[in-house]
Amino acid sequence: MAEIIDGGGGGKSKGKKRAKKHSARIDMTPMVDLGFLLLTFFVLTSQFSKPKTMEINMPVKPKDTTNTTKIDDETALTLLLTDKEDKIYYYYGKFKSETSILKTTDYSKEGIRKVFMKRNENVIKQITELKEKLSKGTIADTTYKRLAIGAKGDKKAVFVIVKADEKAKYKNVIDVIDELNVADVGKYALVDISPAEKELIKVSTL
Amino acid sequence: MSKIKMPKSAPSLDMTPMVDLAFLLVTFFILTANFRQNEAVVIKSPSSHSEKILPQNVMLVTVDTAGRVFFSLDGKEVRRSMLLTMGEQYKISFTEAEVNRFLILPMFGVPMAQLPEYIRGNEQQRAAIDKSSMGIPMDSLNNQLGDWIAYGWNEKQVFQQTNKIPKENWCRIAIKADAQTNYKVIKRVIAVFQERNLNSFNLITDMETEQAQ
Repeated sequence: MAEIIDGGGGGKSKGKKRAKKHSARIDMTPMVDLGFLLLTFFVLTSQFSKPKTMEINMPVKPKDTTNTTKIDDETALTLLLTDKEDKIYYYYGKFKSETSILKTTDYSKEGIRKVFMKRNENVIKQITELKEKLSKGTIADTTYKRLAIGAKGDKKAVFVIVKADEKAKYKNVIDVIDELNVADVGKYALVDISPAEKELIKVSTL
Repeated sequence: MSKIKMPKSAPSLDMTPMVDLAFLLVTFFILTANFRQNEAVVIKSPSSHSEKILPQNVMLVTVDTAGRVFFSLDGKEVRRSMLLTMGEQYKISFTEAEVNRFLILPMFGVPMAQLPEYIRGNEQQRAAIDKSSMGIPMDSLNNQLGDWIAYGWNEKQVFQQTNKIPKENWCRIAIKADAQTNYKVIKRVIAVFQERNLNSFNLITDMETEQAQ
């Protein structure tokens, strides 16, 4: 392709002009150098993986605080995040300083995800059914989205309250929100930790 | 007897396929590259399983490990009016040259008082200021971050309306923070947004693979 065949010209005169017999080649080395230079430059400067994002919607600040969401004893699950990298404290239901029993788990797949999965079984089942229907083509994409949101927002679905104290790391909070998304938990809130709950952590021997 | 004729010219390698490949790759990288932004601080985002890609058009608040806050917003017209409004409020006047330099700054994290110096500085001076600065103040007495957000957001909104940009491409709020940042700081940043009735955020994370856990 890059060879220039030197035909004609000196072809007819026999003998003397030997040099022109073989084809003239273009020296491609500088071009190759340039090519690889550019290649190196682009490989090094380009950002290959685009950053991913998680969307989170905070509730609009209510004008009057009397009309707040009621926490249901049956569905509530409260997580308490501290500066301990491998420990999440959690309890079920409403907070009562005498009867609430703190349990602990960790941030791993076997830890907090299992807790969510167990609590959120019904929703996950519904969502898997919906996904099956979607892949078979019995329901449309938009219908699936609507139904999935409906299933996640179900009254009986688990409601997770995430309370992080001052020393908790951003990573911990993100991990928890991520696990919530993995476990299809649709209802969760980020709330401040109360002094009574801090006390509970302090007292607990876990 | 016929002799095998050896080629007289020096043996040369045919580089054509290699060149083809190299230029193919160059073309690929030119077309797919979006350049790494010149960031004032190094942020190691936490990882998540989320597969949503960050939208192009964002107002970005960056928080580093020490809890310093940086701000960035795209759009020259928006930035110009934002800077002038901020200057008015904080009684700092900017020359035309300074405004023009501000328009191409990638991201900044200095208090208003330091901003003119930051704008005038060259790359090294800016890097030095970035290192020593305390970030944009956001406590309730001196809430400069809140003002940046409010003016930037308003200007952006006006710009988007007048230019009839489709709603789904409208600016979103992104928070990029280091994994080791204290959550307290993020909570304050979110509270600053919420004080201005902005309640929907994109939290920037890296891709997480199941094995990495």
